[in-house]
Amino acid sequence: MNPAPARVIVDGTSRLRFAPHVKFRHDETRGRWIVLAPERLLLPDDLAVEILRLVDGSLSVDGIVDDLARRFEAPREVIAVDVTRMLQDLVDKAVLAP
Amino acid sequence: MSGEVGPPLALLAELTHRCPLRCPYCSNPLELERASAELDEASWRRVLSEAAALGVLQVHFSGGEPLVRRDLAALVRHAGAAGLYSNLITSGVLLDRTRLEELVDAGLEHVQLSFQDTLPASADRIAGLADAHRKKLAAAALVREAGLPLTVNAVVHRQNLERLPDMIELALALGAGRLEVAHVQYYGWALANRRALLPSIEQLERATETVESARRRLKGVLTIDYVVPDYYAQRPKACMGGWGRQFLNVSPAGTVLPCHAAESLPGFDFPSVKTASLAEIWYRSEAFNRFRGTEWMPEPCHSCERREIDWGGCRCQAFQLTGDSARTDPACALAPDRALLDAARERDAAAPLREFRYRQIGAVPAVETRRAP
Repeated sequence: MNPAPARVIVDGTSRLRFAPHVKFRHDETRGRWIVLAPERLLLPDDLAVEILRLVDGSLSVDGIVDDLARRFEAPREVIAVDVTRMLQDLVDKAVLAP
Repeated sequence: MSGEVGPPLALLAELTHRCPLRCPYCSNPLELERASAELDEASWRRVLSEAAALGVLQVHFSGGEPLVRRDLAALVRHAGAAGLYSNLITSGVLLDRTRLEELVDAGLEHVQLSFQDTLPASADRIAGLADAHRKKLAAAALVREAGLPLTVNAVVHRQNLERLPDMIELALALGAGRLEVAHVQYYGWALANRRALLPSIEQLERATETVESARRRLKGVLTIDYVVPDYYAQRPKACMGGWGRQFLNVSPAGTVLPCHAAESLPGFDFPSVKTASLAEIWYRSEAFNRFRGTEWMPEPCHSCERREIDWGGCRCQAFQLTGDSARTDPACALAPDRALLDAARERDAAAPLREFRYRQIGAVPAVETRRAP
């Protein structure tokens, strides 16, 4: 039997990675980064690509936010809200997983 | 105009029309290809390589039942080596551990498995195959054991829509990440069975509520795809995301189509992979360019603010209901021919049938495809 599934809630301590059978790669034909998932294609914009490049299962969400705040010289609180929202959405879509 | 056309995103590779199931809403054309007409493995390999070079990102191995082809794993491996993401669209009844291991080893990424109902007797009756439902449950378990993402595809209609809540529970119990609740689309076989399949408005409204409530409850657990069926819609769906915009379909015999139902449209010379490359066909063939963009559109589509949202709806439905594939899709409430769709709905929903005309190779039921005089 499968355990009762539950929604994963993303917070600062979450360490996320791409779900099995989801591919984040550069597409030469279109000259852009893409995410390939079951019968799905995602076209992340430049900021989303910067975030996704930091998603590797080792860095926490807080760590990702710190890195972006430093590199983009932007207020940490603002970045934290945007990053958490985006990652939660991708977890809900089963693109990312703990 | 071809200057504005981007590369296709996905290839629907219909490896065969052979299938152990006989579903009365099958999306294959009425005139089914026999095994002797199917492309061989070498040709499919070439098609997959050409698709990847053209910019296709995903391939959907479909049919018929793609598992009837012994070269399926070899084709999945070839697709992966070319950089394509492989999805298998299957009934599951031919999937055993050995075949699945072969496919996983070849690099298959995802399985979409169809279910006809949640009650075994009804599911087997709709599929036209004894013991089909039990085999599908076993196939789903194998897919999840192998760690592949699973999508449950539930085609819904008058004769199973009452069990939609059970279907959602079934998808959860099977460990599916996604459930496609697909209302029957009335082309080909389904059009021949419309009186047995078309739901009532009450059924449809309950189904829509069921889906909306399940989506809230299961956010982050199960993704549910759902589209209101044309016969009850106010605006047409953007069929295939627009003609020749995102998808190409290669039929078992190698005919290249903008959608899997287009082969039944008269007045087209659909190109073949036997005589042209996919790139030539995608960018330069008359068939792919005919309904591309918005220039071809009649009014009220041509000046409609939604013309680049729904892309004029479905050309096959326009033909099947009006006899002219260039007319506005009658699924739109603004279409001059909307009365045809409304009349068909009133008639078929008011006098439903239970019996099906099952899909079979060599049988071509007569279907009304012209405007009533």
